[in-house]
Amino acid sequence: MPTVIVDGKDIEIGAHERLNCIEVARRAGVEIPHYCWHPGLSVVASCRMCLIETGTRDAATGKITMMPKLVPGCQTPAKDGTVIVTDTALVKDSRARVEESLLIDHPIDCSICDKAGECLLQDYHFEHGQAERRTDLNPFHSRRRDVGPTVTLFVDRCIMCTRCVRFTREVSGTSELMVINRGSKEEIAVFPGFPLDNKLSGNVVDLCPVGALGDKDFLYQQRVWFLKRESNVCGGCSAGCSIVTEHNQDTVYRLKPRENPHVNKWWMCDDGRYGWHHLHDPARLLSAGRLVSTNDDRETVEWSDVTTRLRQDLSGAGRLAVAVSPMLTLEEAWMLCAVARSIDQQAALFVGHVPVSGSDESFPGGFTIRAEKCPNRIGVEAVVALFEPEIRGWNDLVRAVGAGEYDAAWITAGYPHAWIDDTTAAPFGRLRSLVVQDLFESPLTKLATWRLPAAGFAERAGTWVNVAHRAQTFAAAVRAPAGVWPEGRLYWNMLGRRGLYDPAAVRRQIAESSAALAALGGDLPAVGVDLRVDQLASS
Amino acid sequence: MTTFQPVLLEAVGVAGSHTLASYRSRGGYAPLERMLKEKQPVDVIELVKSSGLRGRGGAGFPTGLKWTFLPKDHPGPIYLCINADESEPGTFNNRILMEDDPHQVIEGIILSAYATRATTAYLYLRYEYPQCWDRLQGAIDEAYAAGLLGKNIQGSGFSLDLYLHRGAAAYICGEETGLIESLEGKRAWPRIKPPFPAIEGLFRKPTVVNNIETMACVAQIARRGVEWFRSIGVPSDPNNPRDPGSYGPKLYCLSGHVERPGCYEAPLGITARQLIDGQGGGVWKGRKAKAVIPGGISMGLMTEAELDTPLDFAGPGKVGCLGLGTAAVVVIDETVSIVDFLHNSCRFFAHESCGQCTPCREGTAWSLRMLERIRAGKGRLKDLDLLAEIGNTMGMMPGSTICGLADGAAWPIKNAIKKFRGEFEDYIKRTNPSGWMVTDPVPALPIVGAH
Repeated sequence: MPTVIVDGKDIEIGAHERLNCIEVARRAGVEIPHYCWHPGLSVVASCRMCLIETGTRDAATGKITMMPKLVPGCQTPAKDGTVIVTDTALVKDSRARVEESLLIDHPIDCSICDKAGECLLQDYHFEHGQAERRTDLNPFHSRRRDVGPTVTLFVDRCIMCTRCVRFTREVSGTSELMVINRGSKEEIAVFPGFPLDNKLSGNVVDLCPVGALGDKDFLYQQRVWFLKRESNVCGGCSAGCSIVTEHNQDTVYRLKPRENPHVNKWWMCDDGRYGWHHLHDPARLLSAGRLVSTNDDRETVEWSDVTTRLRQDLSGAGRLAVAVSPMLTLEEAWMLCAVARSIDQQAALFVGHVPVSGSDESFPGGFTIRAEKCPNRIGVEAVVALFEPEIRGWNDLVRAVGAGEYDAAWITAGYPHAWIDDTTAAPFGRLRSLVVQDLFESPLTKLATWRLPAAGFAERAGTWVNVAHRAQTFAAAVRAPAGVWPEGRLYWNMLGRRGLYDPAAVRRQIAESSAALAALGGDLPAVGVDLRVDQLASS
Repeated sequence: MTTFQPVLLEAVGVAGSHTLASYRSRGGYAPLERMLKEKQPVDVIELVKSSGLRGRGGAGFPTGLKWTFLPKDHPGPIYLCINADESEPGTFNNRILMEDDPHQVIEGIILSAYATRATTAYLYLRYEYPQCWDRLQGAIDEAYAAGLLGKNIQGSGFSLDLYLHRGAAAYICGEETGLIESLEGKRAWPRIKPPFPAIEGLFRKPTVVNNIETMACVAQIARRGVEWFRSIGVPSDPNNPRDPGSYGPKLYCLSGHVERPGCYEAPLGITARQLIDGQGGGVWKGRKAKAVIPGGISMGLMTEAELDTPLDFAGPGKVGCLGLGTAAVVVIDETVSIVDFLHNSCRFFAHESCGQCTPCREGTAWSLRMLERIRAGKGRLKDLDLLAEIGNTMGMMPGSTICGLADGAAWPIKNAIKKFRGEFEDYIKRTNPSGWMVTDPVPALPIVGAH
């Protein structure tokens, strides 16, 4: 195995791994500070923060020969016998000088900067900078430049790492951002009339190591040290990007991509990034309502009563059809099927409405936004397949209800956008009993005998299976608003289970009952598991 | 002192020297035709290698050796780029060659392209040289018409297209990878090396970048032979195995405070004093020199006492200068304030820094700001330490930047502070009697309200 020596410690790397010094040092627990380098972008080695001393160790004699000058860690490949030294006076002085240089033209307006608290310039200055300022002080100035509908640029905070420029050239392929002027007068800008307007634009804000690029959606909303972070999965489309939901006091403030080499790498799209506002929409359904008269009067039913009264109503209604929404988690879907079969052993289980918008949209960097705007169709189909001999979808259900094949229906939805029109909903009005679980009022909820509120994506816990059959588990980031029981909790109670809803227990049960989903048995890694690969391994 | 008979500059002063007919009458293109018939490309590389020719663009890298770095058996294309972005302050030798003897340059280009198997050559011309543009374009047209460029040159089976590309007036385009980026239509930000251009250069293909004067030298080596070339100049230092020697004639650009400024051809190794007093006719108005720039402003400063340094590739380095550079000798007489000189130098580099690497982008601007403050009578002795620190830590040699132009920006600062520190201290104490000893950060200027 190739061995790299980091500050005197031997680190073994894979025989075919192509790593730079920053990556190898990280494995040794040593952070080499850097601004311009990002694993998802080309190497420019221009910030010069990652300068280190390197050398080679002769394999035969063990003699170490050092290079006479500093080299950038990002550009230097770590090979067998590479010696990396990160803690010499030379390295420390060089870091301090780069920090000092970057602050010459920086306004140091941390007190009003959104990035404060998660700013690399702050962190590195604290760790590697000098306590005393030697450069002339500048009058405070912080010009703001609008670069697009989602992003604003604080021109003077920029340290010219050009990550954002490279992102728009290499990943989004839209090349809106550029460097104008020269030397210390350089600035990031867009060409007049060509704003930063693409579906990946929000990523440049994450990439920005300082507070130069601001997210208009998040600007001045919250200091980052108040935010709590929960690993989550985006529910915007079937790509299932790994994300972090950042929230405070049950309010979501922003979503950020979480690195996952199998799914989204380091990125997420703007649809997903800004697609959480419906969680806090005042129009959301916030109570369980049961129709008491024909003119749309509803009584609010206490949740403790919902479990029994719902079961009673449906038990007496006749033939039951259930639409299992692809917005539900695997666990919720499985419990819903179990609840339905416990009410009516012949209950017909359909995969719920699968919203599709346009066609898949791919970017040069390999990122794809899926047309299928739901996170768990594959998972729900797998669950329904455990109960039904063949998979039937939403259109089959609509047709069957129109043909009068069922007397009662339980429709789970939970879509953030309007998804059904009056014509499609009309046949459901003839049912004896109709349960609709959704986020918002819709033509269908108007006809419902039971109108139950649904949970939003950050309020659920469980597992989603994305378009590539990768299962990712997550916990709820925020609590559902008062008056809303997430689906999991309702089904858990309707199944008569004790204690709090425990998705892991349900998942274990699913794994035991199905060879296809056996991989879900243990604890899943943060990047998820590919259900197809594990199936092959076990067969 | 025997007068050296100009070779590279033999056409200067000849009427119509830039035409093909005139060049032919001086024996031009005959060596090329002979080489194409008799020699293989490897022979031409060997010829240049054995001549000891070192690149005339500034770094002095052995030209033949550079050519051998090209990958063997590469399917091509291989590109040849000619660097005529002559932007170093004080330098104008390429300009003389291109204006007065463009065919000499073109012959060298064809020979070099033949040696490196390049079938496309780009000549990157400085924006500010419209006369060169006209002369070169005229010469290229003539060469095409005479079958010296284009398909199947002189029936040899070798083809070469030569394109003129005019820059947009940026110093950084003279850096070889900056030039390549600029040719590709991008912002001229020098590339990180490795890979070097010989492996991956223009359009990600193997590329050789050579200077105009190097091309003229190649043409002369082909015409007059290796022995002639090696008979001129300074042989390699036997005590230093890494010194390849400094052979051949060199064009020295003499400017500044001399009686007869101009471009002079002399054997490598002529001392600065010989050049100034001989060709230059001495420092003007009978004054004494205070400092001399040995090879373009980025090479640093020599003091009057150091003027006997030979101007070969190794000489200026021995007195703390960066190197021979472009051999643009600028004389600064005793009446000039070295503070003003350094301010001018810093202003140039702060303006021309490409802004890619932090130490150069901020260091050049910071040093300029300090010098502006010193000149405004607000200097402090501490500033000199800071300037020296910037000078010592900025550049490719300490490893803090991608390209060598930062070294070029650092060297005048470094040399000026080291060699003329007393003058700086006197200036600061004289102009800032109440504050020269302060070490606190300089406070911000008060912000003036809009109303």
